[in-house]
Amino acid sequence: MLFEQIARNKRRTVYVLAGFVLLVLAIGAAIGYVFFNSYLAGLVLALVFALVYAGIMIGNSTNIVMSMNHAHEITSEDQAPELWHIVEDMAMVARVPMPRVFIVDDPSPNAFATGNDPKHAAVAATSGILDQLNREELEGVIGHEMSHVRNYDIRLQTIALALAAAITGMVNLAGNFFWWGGGSRRDDDDRDGGNVLQIIMLIVSVILVILGPIAATLAQMALSRNREYLADAGSVELTRNPQGLISALKKISTAEPMKKADPSSASLYISDPMKKKSITHLFDTHPPMEKRIERLEKM
Amino acid sequence: MIAGIIVAIVVVLLLIIYISAYNGLIKGRTYVQESWSQIDVQLKRRNDLIPNLVETVKGYSHYEQSTLEKVVGLRNQLINTPSDDHQATMAISDQLSNSLKSIFAVAEAYPDLKANQEYTKLMEELTNTENKIAYSRQLYNSSVASFNLKIQSFPSNIVAGIHHFKTSDYLQVPEEEKTAPKVTFDK
Repeated sequence: MLFEQIARNKRRTVYVLAGFVLLVLAIGAAIGYVFFNSYLAGLVLALVFALVYAGIMIGNSTNIVMSMNHAHEITSEDQAPELWHIVEDMAMVARVPMPRVFIVDDPSPNAFATGNDPKHAAVAATSGILDQLNREELEGVIGHEMSHVRNYDIRLQTIALALAAAITGMVNLAGNFFWWGGGSRRDDDDRDGGNVLQIIMLIVSVILVILGPIAATLAQMALSRNREYLADAGSVELTRNPQGLISALKKISTAEPMKKADPSSASLYISDPMKKKSITHLFDTHPPMEKRIERLEKM
Repeated sequence: MIAGIIVAIVVVLLLIIYISAYNGLIKGRTYVQESWSQIDVQLKRRNDLIPNLVETVKGYSHYEQSTLEKVVGLRNQLINTPSDDHQATMAISDQLSNSLKSIFAVAEAYPDLKANQEYTKLMEELTNTENKIAYSRQLYNSSVASFNLKIQSFPSNIVAGIHHFKTSDYLQVPEEEKTAPKVTFDK
């Protein structure tokens, strides 16, 4: 079950990646068509953007994420025996290597994991979560983080984020060209024949350029929320104790927002550290707490 | 010619299936053995911690001598049980866990003992070991489940038959742990 799930997630990562790359290329081609009158230029542009962003994201190592969130590493179990031992337990049951352990000095209870694969994973907990949660609740939280590690969720989110950023970057660049009156499209006289196909292509391209960034963000957030549910379920699979996680989530949801969390890392946390409110939930990184608890209670 | 190619392809495919089934079985068996050694490590660790615990709480004479003697007795019994007798080992281990729980329960009544740093440290160590025993037992049973499934399901059951892979036994889970624990959260 455990191993099959990992395989399935790795497979899903490939699908998401393929779909996202296609979207990036399509938008690149559309931009190229509209503004430079060349699909190829757009495709090259898309590739360059995606590669640059992917490079930045992969270079965005554990240490950078940790320092952006003001986390300091603990290197021996004496510094936080309970946290250390729980991380050990969860790593053992999840059959992943022992990750590095970090603490964020922030009274708001929260936790997150990072690292592109289980061998380079790190888990961070706030001092608030260590103070406020009992052992079983903390096990649920660390189990959730360890499921992210085991499921390669961080890598998946990194890739999704890089591709979404590439789309936004391309559209912004195209917007600048448009603003400066650039783009050879409208100056072309030889295309005034009113070719219906060309007009349709143009309209499709413009729609793609306008809706692309929104579609990318929606897909990225939906993916993120889906992975949260999966990690909740994974946590219960590890601890066999849904009550611990339910109780932990209740405590976390009623607490104050974090002060030291970096907004761009928000999707990594077990619960949105900014605690922003929204009505539609379409752009949320995390599913609504009530829904998560409801699903846990059904287990 | 074409028939020959088809036969060759089929043979190669069968070979691939055979090899991957065999490797899957080996991996499953390794996981089972590994998870047992995880339990074993923790049992040994606990055996090492118990004399320290006895030494620390002995000074607090309110402890019934019989409780401490029982813990030491069970510990020695555990050491003398052959490690490959999994069921017997775990049965003694469960008794030992219960006795340790009663020691911790008694300690609750003595604030000066609870304030003792040595004791607090030992308590965390032992809690950690107890949790690890429980978790590694869970890991063992899930490894056995997936290994047994491989031995019994097609096509790996054929490979398992040829190479005499045998299903493993689950570790008995003590009665009280079978029902989901009702936890009260006081914090």
